[in-house]
Amino acid sequence: MDNFARSFLLTEIVKGFLLTLKYMFFVPKVTINYPHEKGPISPRFRGEHALRRYPNGEERCIACKLCEAICPALAITIEAEPREDGSRRTTRYDIDMTKCIYCGLCQEACPVDAIVEGPNFEFATETREELFYNKDKLLENGDRWEAQIAANLLADAPYR
Amino acid sequence: MLELWETYGIWTATTLMYIGLIVGVVLLAVAYYTYAERKVMGAIQRRQGPMMVGPFGLLQPIADGLKLFSKETIIPSQAHRAVFLIAPMMMFALSLVAWAVIPFNKDWVLANINVGVLYLVAISSMSVYGVIMAGWASNSRYAFLGGLRSASQMVSYEVSMGLIIVCVILCTGSLNLQDIVLAPRPVWMQVLLFPMFIVFLISILAETNRAPFDLPEGESEITGGFMVEYSAMTFALFFLGEYSAMILMSAITTILFLGGWLPPFGIAALAFVPGVVWFALKTALVMFVFLWARATLPRFRYDQLMRLGWKVFLPLTLAWVVLMAGILMSAEALPGQIKTDPALRKPVIETATEAVGGTVKGAVEGVKEIFGPSLRERLEKMEDQAEENLEGEEAE
Repeated sequence: MDNFARSFLLTEIVKGFLLTLKYMFFVPKVTINYPHEKGPISPRFRGEHALRRYPNGEERCIACKLCEAICPALAITIEAEPREDGSRRTTRYDIDMTKCIYCGLCQEACPVDAIVEGPNFEFATETREELFYNKDKLLENGDRWEAQIAANLLADAPYR
Repeated sequence: MLELWETYGIWTATTLMYIGLIVGVVLLAVAYYTYAERKVMGAIQRRQGPMMVGPFGLLQPIADGLKLFSKETIIPSQAHRAVFLIAPMMMFALSLVAWAVIPFNKDWVLANINVGVLYLVAISSMSVYGVIMAGWASNSRYAFLGGLRSASQMVSYEVSMGLIIVCVILCTGSLNLQDIVLAPRPVWMQVLLFPMFIVFLISILAETNRAPFDLPEGESEITGGFMVEYSAMTFALFFLGEYSAMILMSAITTILFLGGWLPPFGIAALAFVPGVVWFALKTALVMFVFLWARATLPRFRYDQLMRLGWKVFLPLTLAWVVLMAGILMSAEALPGQIKTDPALRKPVIETATEAVGGTVKGAVEGVKEIFGPSLRERLEKMEDQAEENLEGEEAE
């Protein structure tokens, strides 16, 4: 009898309707208007790679090849020889972004904070070839994102 | 020539203008109803809904329309071409034709005919043909199943819808939609009509094949139902037809139960707002219920749907028609009923209880008659008899 009354008076249906009405007006949205607003990302976010420079413009990388050695996906290829002033520099620094698994081990291995994974995650391309990054591309990334990368490294420093 | 123009030409021209106006408004409403649906469903599911095309995504329906117009209409090689193409046109045309008798305001009606309700019922029954034709002509199993489901669903819910409309007509005494709106309705009559209003709301969900009764489309079971084989413009016609039918059903609900263009609850102070605004607001409220239900309720199983239609709504509405007729008659509120001398009348309460008592008694007896010895008992009896017969034969 109880069951009968409940199904005839639609109490449960009405409860469901009120719940959805509550969700419609009083519960905040979980989605954002993506290309125009973006969600927050951590300072440790591992996005697109970048090669950094010192403030005087000298590139940080010393061609120690630790990143190449540790890379589990074998995405990094480095060739190096001494520069005219005798310092050891890379002549080639390629990252195959199609191989990279974004584990962050290269930036952990780097003794001079040269290779880092920056906050940028919007680097989709239309061709596969565009994802084979060379040294110029990586240095350009470093120049473009330096401010944010430096801020992120500073924010993360106390925990290291 | 001039005489001909004055007698027929002007009338034809103005009528055509009104038709164009109504169709234009309805199509615009359909376009923005799809937008409203996505926004409302988004809000209920804590999403934003369309946001990219125009401010707040307001141009989204136009972009969708352009997409559908510019795509290719694919006709399956095994399909019956003519019927395949006629079906969506028919659905679309029928959903627009019904608007002819809808009064948007006092005397704002294209065809003020005295059988408006019958016309609406007839037109909404016709759309079943569109569905069956589409399902059959596609020559696809999914489409065929969807068409059959849809046809049986629409037919079963039309029965209880008809009985609900009878309840309303008992109160108003006219099949003219304007008269239905204008007929006086005391509060007790509205209370009596309220359960029928709820049943009518549920029935129109089933009638227009909307969630939670969207089995004909049933994306998860039979992909798109009778619409699977349709693309581009033919699909758009079905789509427009479906949404236009939803708006039409909302308008009918407004006229039958919510007082059409009159201000809500009969508040005279609100009469300064034009009637057509009240009509639009009330219709929008019912339209919102469509979307609300879609976002709230899961789909019915097919046997549940049929059970609800035939074993719950049909007896309920039938009993309610009898009950309402009894109460109206004993309260001498039937339209056109001759009133007895007030001095000779029994108090309304007494006659009403008599009427209710009589109805309940009759209903109980009827139920006893139908379900008295339960089906199982009867079957067992038949089996026993059959066995006895067999034994008798063996003995011989």
